[in-house]
Amino acid sequence: MTDQLLFFLEVVVAGMLSGTMYSLVALGYVLIYKSSSNFNFAQGAMVFFAVLSFVGLMELGLPFVAAFIATILLMMMLGLLTEKLVLRPLTNQSEETVLMATIGLGFFLEGLTQAIWGVEVRKLDLGVKDFPIPWIADNFKLFISALDLVAAAVALTMIAGITLIFKYSKVGLGLRAVADDPGAASSIGIPLKNIMFFVWSAAGVVALVAGMMWGARAGVQFALVDLALKALPVLIIGGFSSISGALIAGLIVGATEKILEVFLGPMVGGGIEGWAPYVMAILFLLYRPEGLFGEKIIRRV
Amino acid sequence: MKPVFMTFTKKDLINFFVVMVVAIVIIPNIVTTSYWYVSILIPFLCLALAGLGQQIIIGYTGQLALGAAGFMAAGAFACFNLILRVPEIPFFVALILSGFIAAAFGILFGLPSLRVRGIYLMVATLASQFFIVWMIDKFGWFKNYDTSGIITAQPIVIFGKPLTSPVAMYLLSLGIVTVLTLVAMNLARGSTGRKWMAVRDMDIAAESMGVSLLKTKLQAFAISSFYCGIAGALFAFTYLQSLEPAAFSIKLSFQILFIVILGGLGTINGVFIGTAFILLFPVLLNFIGNKFFHGAVDATIISSAEQVVFGALMIIFMIFQPLGMAKIWENIKLKFAPKSDRPLTS
Repeated sequence: MTDQLLFFLEVVVAGMLSGTMYSLVALGYVLIYKSSSNFNFAQGAMVFFAVLSFVGLMELGLPFVAAFIATILLMMMLGLLTEKLVLRPLTNQSEETVLMATIGLGFFLEGLTQAIWGVEVRKLDLGVKDFPIPWIADNFKLFISALDLVAAAVALTMIAGITLIFKYSKVGLGLRAVADDPGAASSIGIPLKNIMFFVWSAAGVVALVAGMMWGARAGVQFALVDLALKALPVLIIGGFSSISGALIAGLIVGATEKILEVFLGPMVGGGIEGWAPYVMAILFLLYRPEGLFGEKIIRRV
Repeated sequence: MKPVFMTFTKKDLINFFVVMVVAIVIIPNIVTTSYWYVSILIPFLCLALAGLGQQIIIGYTGQLALGAAGFMAAGAFACFNLILRVPEIPFFVALILSGFIAAAFGILFGLPSLRVRGIYLMVATLASQFFIVWMIDKFGWFKNYDTSGIITAQPIVIFGKPLTSPVAMYLLSLGIVTVLTLVAMNLARGSTGRKWMAVRDMDIAAESMGVSLLKTKLQAFAISSFYCGIAGALFAFTYLQSLEPAAFSIKLSFQILFIVILGGLGTINGVFIGTAFILLFPVLLNFIGNKFFHGAVDATIISSAEQVVFGALMIIFMIFQPLGMAKIWENIKLKFAPKSDRPLTS
């Protein structure tokens, strides 16, 4: 292979691998949307809240596993409270009203996180370095970061796991029933509360894992919220209710923004990554408003 | 969201007159410390103007756009370049032209609204926020090849006289904001505004009544970003007195969104109430921090507390009073109004 082609391949692979991190954040949005048809704008803030709490608890002296479990419990509680205090009172309100309320929730959480844990940037060491893996570098001449690879593996496992749960387990069946028609589902005895609890817990775990991956790469800091914002175009491209859509859209967005950044960026001084996903989302909206795998077609306007 | 139709009564005229007298005659005579002009009154006017723009697109037309700061940046840098490159251009002409330039961007980034709405539109309009600021930042021409990052704004020259004192800046902004507020009120009251509200309340019904969605939405985006553009130019020239792309971050966009939502969707006076709240609440919080905790509370804690309160208020308003502070203010006024003025059913 020529060097140029190799370099291109390297860029694409690196882009796709880091794109799976967007997928992880987007997955949290999809879970909530799929089961309650509510768009939870605060998911980005939840990522920030989860990982900062995790790091904060570790600083307080908890071992890794204990901090992990404690944070997951915390996220479950947060999910329950969100469901009870914010979303429940807003049932039957317009989509826009719920969206604005969750924007408020996002701000609330960002403020709360900083009030509790402070604003300084923290390091998170997962034991995986953000350096190329020597074995791959030697044999294929591709420089691929170990952290990227681990993050991608984790993302894939989680996405596969959640897809399987949705498809084959009893909880998953209940979930789909609730998503279709909450009234009918509860009238035939599906425990709505348990289902919602499960969904919020899953979204909490996803948020924590996504935050840990981002945090290990870029440091645990407020800028994570801006990164989480980039999961929105991923969500739109993949379709709001598709788990595999989130994954594939993450790959597409990650690869495209890296290609643009590396090959076009030097001509204009870089920074294309900052807006490319949003422009891609616009282009997708023009041709395929429901996203790649979304089922629901948006109301025509 | 219910439409709020405005009717002007004699009382409103008197109120308007009183506000104007207070703003033009009393405030410049009473307030002498420049702190109030520089950090409260001038930003109040600039943000309120941007809020008006945001109100037109969200509150009146129902299009969930989130990129006001991008259009403000377009306006600010358009004004800077016009004054820099066009010799002898009067400030007002540059200001109005920069409004039009921002409006052109508004139409461009408003195009997705013809296909999508809600959260989809919000993400699409985020593109304007990131793209415009990036473009200004990366192409040196817009910044006149300045590398320091922060450019000092040119002095405002009106009829050959440079404006320097904070009071003069305040009065200039006040004049512009007053005129544009009256224009916005009349637009909202007239056929234009009713078309906006028709699109907001039920677009399909509006279309079947002969309202062109394409025209109405793009017009709303154009007017909205015209307001934002002028607000951005004022923000840079009277408040910051410098131009830097970083000042127009997504944070500013969210702030303007909060102004509109907390103030009350679909109301003009709500914008002013919301802006006053957004600006004065942090001042109050700082005051409390200094007075009762004697500076023991960290500044970051205070700014986080501010965020917590704004976020919580937004949730509370959405649940209990989606029409915001303007509606609360109206209810308070009704409580104290003489019996004959109250509506028969309540």
